[in-house]
Parts: sequence; C-alpha cells; structure tokens
Amino acid sequence: MKQLGDIAGVFAYLSLLTVGGGMAAFPELKTLTVDVHHWVTFPELLHFYSLGQLAPGPNMMMVASIGTVVAGLPGAAVALIAFFLPTGLLTLFIGRMWTHLHTWRWRAPIQTALGSVSVGLVLAGAIIMGRGAIVDALHAVIAIVVFLLLLKTKVNPAYPIVASGLVGVLAYWIG
Amino acid sequence: MSDPASATPPSVSMARLFWVFFVMGATSLGGGVVGYLRTGLVVRNRWVDDVTFVELLSISQTLPGLNATNMSILVGDRLRGAWGALVATLGMCLPGASLMIAAAYAVGIGSDDPVSKAFLHGIAAGAVGLIVVVMVQLGAKVLKGLADYVFVAATAAAVAGFGVQVPYALIVAGIVAIWWHRPRDRIRK
Repeated sequence: MKQLGDIAGVFAYLSLLTVGGGMAAFPELKTLTVDVHHWVTFPELLHFYSLGQLAPGPNMMMVASIGTVVAGLPGAAVALIAFFLPTGLLTLFIGRMWTHLHTWRWRAPIQTALGSVSVGLVLAGAIIMGRGAIVDALHAVIAIVVFLLLLKTKVNPAYPIVASGLVGVLAYWIG
Repeated sequence: MSDPASATPPSVSMARLFWVFFVMGATSLGGGVVGYLRTGLVVRNRWVDDVTFVELLSISQTLPGLNATNMSILVGDRLRGAWGALVATLGMCLPGASLMIAAAYAVGIGSDDPVSKAFLHGIAAGAVGLIVVVMVQLGAKVLKGLADYVFVAATAAAVAGFGVQVPYALIVAGIVAIWWHRPRDRIRK
C-alpha cells in the first residue's frame, strides 16, 4: 500500500514538470526512481525510457513500466493515473478558458518564456540521459548518426532506433 | 471563414471518438505523434480545422503534460465535453501503456541476458540522438533572440551541471524569462 502511495506521489509530481514534453521531467525522474526510491537502476531506467520512444502513442508510457516493476498491474494503473490526471484536469480547465485569455497581454510573454525554459529542460534531460547511455565511442557514434539522420531526412524515428539496438547486439557478438 | 464552421463541433459518438484515438494511439510509432494527430483529426475526420489544430497545439505545448494527451483532452472536450476528453485520452494511451507493461514483464524475465542488454543499450544511445533532434526542432520554433538562448543554457546548466531541482529551475528561469518578454509600453518604444 505504501508503495502505491509513493508511486502516486512521484508520478503526480513528475507530471507537473513535463513542460515542453516528457524529457523535461527526466532529471527528476532519474533522481526519484533511481536515487531516492531505488525502484530501477539507471541503466534500467534508460532502457525503459528508450523502449518508450519506440512504443506508439504518447512517449512517456514507460511510467507504466516502472509502476509494473514496483507493484505489478496495480502499480502500473496508479502510475498512469497519477501521471495523467493532474495535468489532464489542468489542460481541461485552462483549455476552456483559453479563448478568454486571447486578449490578455501576458499570454504571449508567458508562451515565449516557457518555450525557451522548456528547451533548456529538454537539453538538461538529454545531457543526463547521455551520461548514462553514451558509455563508449560506439554509442557516441550511434547517437550522432541517429541525430544527423533524423535531422536531415523524414525517416520514421522507429527505424534508426531499432537499428541502433541491432548495432549494439552486433558489436556485442563481434567484441 | 473558418470561424462559424469551427464554432459548432461535428457530432461524434463516444465509440467513434474512442476508436479514432485508439487507432492513432496504436499506429503512431516512432514518436512523431503530432503528425498522426493532424492526419487523423484534420485530414481524415475533419473534426477540427487547421487553424483550430494549431491553436490547440500551442495550448498543449505551453501547459504541462504531454502533447499527445493534452491534444486528446482538448479535442475530446470540444467534441463531447469532459467525458469525451477522458474517452479520447484512454484511447490514445491504452495501446502504448499495454505494450510498456508487457515490456516491464519481458525485461524482468530477460534481465540477465547480455544480448538483450546490448540491444537495449544500443537503442538508448539512439534515443539520445532522437531527443537532441526534438530539442533542435523545438528550439528552432521558439527561440527568437540571444536572450532566449541564454535562458536555455542557464536552465540546462543549472539542472544538468549543478543538480538544481527542476521545479526551482522552472520557476526561477520562467519568472526571469517572462519578465524579459514582458509586455512593454508602446509609447516608451
């Protein structure tokens, strides 16, 4: 029971940090699930996060994976509800008010300001994730190749990411 | 032109609402969920027009929460009220959530297998590349002046370099950035 309460608290808190996307919450996600609660190891977190990028739908469904690891299916349900309910209600109510905010002179400043702060948070998340994921030259090359490929072409990101995994396996067999 | 049309949302059954979002939730492989949303909502079903879609997307991106679920809530609410928002979100999340729950059990079973570890480590490196691309694309859209880049660098350095907790960084950098972009008196230039 206590674990379900912890899951609810952690993911409700994390959900409020996802300004500009799930990656903005990654630094706190790592601190809370790895360092504070020891639910997963850092490599396990990276693996779930990356699998979550491959799964269809919203890219943070990996919160269900962590819930499952901690407390089975009830854990997954609590993690999902905690992660989506608080921001969901906020979006519902602000969405209804938004048209009334159209002429509010602070609306554009807030939107522009949160835009740059959220890019900063995504960058911080990418740096922290990179420290764990890029362990050697091979994995640095993989990240750079995927980056360039996705920047220059319109290929579905799922393909290069699956290919990255296959390169990892190939390198394990050879090495 | 688009105003009278978009003011009256089309009538959509709950089952249809769930199904359309479920299909998008099941087929949007590889992360680019916004593209799938536009195809499903604007092009195929004409539930919202392009102007409304961009407006709702900008709300989704400003508020906390993921773009995909925020869009589900906003569109579901426009079509069928609060219950519509819930049904659309459930449809959007159910496929990915089921897969990730299954993945948790599968990884638990194969956690000692070095080949699956090598695979997962490979995709983690690939995912870093993906996230940097997403960041560059987001940045190209929202960063306008030198000051914005300073806010980005300061926020990232505080969190990733000095271990500042995200909420503090968010609040402090947010307030400074909002003040920087504050509405100015036109007379004073």
